[in-house]
Amino acid sequence: MLKILIADDETPARNRLRELISDIADVEIVAEAKNGKEAIDLAFDTKPDCLLLDIRMPVMDGIEAAQHAQKLDPKPHIIFTTAFDVYAIKAFDLNAIDYLLKPIRQERLQTAINKAHALQPAQHKILQALQIAQQKNRSHISIHERGRVLLVPITQIIYLRAELKYVTIRTIEREYLIEESLTQLEIEFAAQFIRLHRNCLVAQNCIVGYEKRATKNASGQTETTWVALLKGVSDVIAVSRRQQHLIRRT
Amino acid sequence: MRKNSRLPNLRNLGIHLRILIIVNLLTVMAAILLSKDLSDFIALLAQLSALVQPIILLSFLGLYVLYPLIVKVQYAFGIALIFLLELLITILIFNLMHYFFTSDVATDLVRPSLLTILVTGIVLYYFYMQQRAYSPAIAEARLQALQARIRPHFLFNSINAVLSVIRSQPKLAETALEDMADLFRVLMSENRDLVPLSQELALCRQYLALEKLRLDERLNIIWAIENMPPNALIPPLILQPLIENAVYHGIEPMPNGGDIIVTIYTRSKEIHITISNPFTAQNQHHSGNKMALKNIKERLILHFDLEAMLKAEVKDNQYIVHIRLPLHA
Repeated sequence: MLKILIADDETPARNRLRELISDIADVEIVAEAKNGKEAIDLAFDTKPDCLLLDIRMPVMDGIEAAQHAQKLDPKPHIIFTTAFDVYAIKAFDLNAIDYLLKPIRQERLQTAINKAHALQPAQHKILQALQIAQQKNRSHISIHERGRVLLVPITQIIYLRAELKYVTIRTIEREYLIEESLTQLEIEFAAQFIRLHRNCLVAQNCIVGYEKRATKNASGQTETTWVALLKGVSDVIAVSRRQQHLIRRT
Repeated sequence: MRKNSRLPNLRNLGIHLRILIIVNLLTVMAAILLSKDLSDFIALLAQLSALVQPIILLSFLGLYVLYPLIVKVQYAFGIALIFLLELLITILIFNLMHYFFTSDVATDLVRPSLLTILVTGIVLYYFYMQQRAYSPAIAEARLQALQARIRPHFLFNSINAVLSVIRSQPKLAETALEDMADLFRVLMSENRDLVPLSQELALCRQYLALEKLRLDERLNIIWAIENMPPNALIPPLILQPLIENAVYHGIEPMPNGGDIIVTIYTRSKEIHITISNPFTAQNQHHSGNKMALKNIKERLILHFDLEAMLKAEVKDNQYIVHIRLPLHA
């Protein structure tokens, strides 16, 4: 029995997929999601073999969901569904990524499910590029933790701090570790985050103010430096000398 | 109506060139008629030109300065203004000529004035005919090119939605297909005349019924149209593409949907239409939206010129499009 998860924000579209799939032998729907985030959350518990992802969905679109799905174990097969999405379809055609055009035909669906495969690393890259080309950054960052895939909305992140080979993500509730480069994150989320320190990106709307504080430096001497005060957490972020012009701007 | 009787842009170099050629051709004709031989013709032409060229040049200047006034007033009044201007310039030039070179300039102003009126009339008639010959065709071609197009995204998703209810709710599928047929009949129609506002609204409701099938409770429309003039005439497909935009950019990206508020009212002989939808900062790549807005703006200009206005703004997390157009009933 092949297990399928379907994700589409439109109820009739899900109904239609359900009808079509019910007519195919040896295939069952294990979960239905209304957007990409739900799909990833549901996929962990239901372990589907195949994700049928609509491209245009609120909260998280199908292209982003497919990228986060790479962290699932085992990696599900990915089939995109779309009514009309010129750029994406062109990229899918060129890179042999499976997709179905809505309205979907029974035969096509059957063929697609039978030959569906997990995304290759190259295809994963294509999806990333596609997302950037459409000027839509990720809406969530996915974290692989004890076999689960956690999704942290970008809007909930207070700061990102590089530590050795990891980056710490700070939200109001807790901290997460991810293996991504701070420079890449800075480029991707330039609109929301500013670099206050060599190793730290801070969400602009979380900075409540700046303050001068006495701190001990490496050689044990006390010196006063500027720190940024943050909304919701008691941690402060040191502002490096090079970034102090940012304080004057506020 | 107004489109058929409008003066050309009197600040346009091409228009000036045409005036120059017409008047000079008439001058050459006059010289041919009055001269006995070639040398006489050249002398006469030079003599006439000395009078005609200053008048033309001064006219260009006068028309350039008066143009804003001429377009603002009624067509007939504008014509009268031009005649008056030309007469004044002629009289001025003749008086100057008389003052500086008393010799061979005629002293009476009756004949030059009559000739000025005749030549001005010929030029204006030429422009009138030209307007009638070309303008509607150009406007029609532009209208055709600008004719609003429904997003393919909507078409395929709607067909998909209809397919999904065919087995379970055949009645609903029936209505949906009928709505779709009506919608596409209007979209594909060749008729670009103004339509009553009520007709455009009926179309919008059919379109929204289809979107509702797809988006269900996520889509909520609030109509504030108690004070709308149902018989007012508007260009077809002005409202529908704007509502389509509101659905595409305002409702679809929201997981729980939202409200689209359509307000229509009249104030001092003008219809005001506003359409507002939730604005999401994340979904800002509005290139498709800008295309639709530009398209509607151009069509409004073609129909109403400066009497209509369209503006879009973001206020309190709402994206609001405001249209103002003259009340024609």
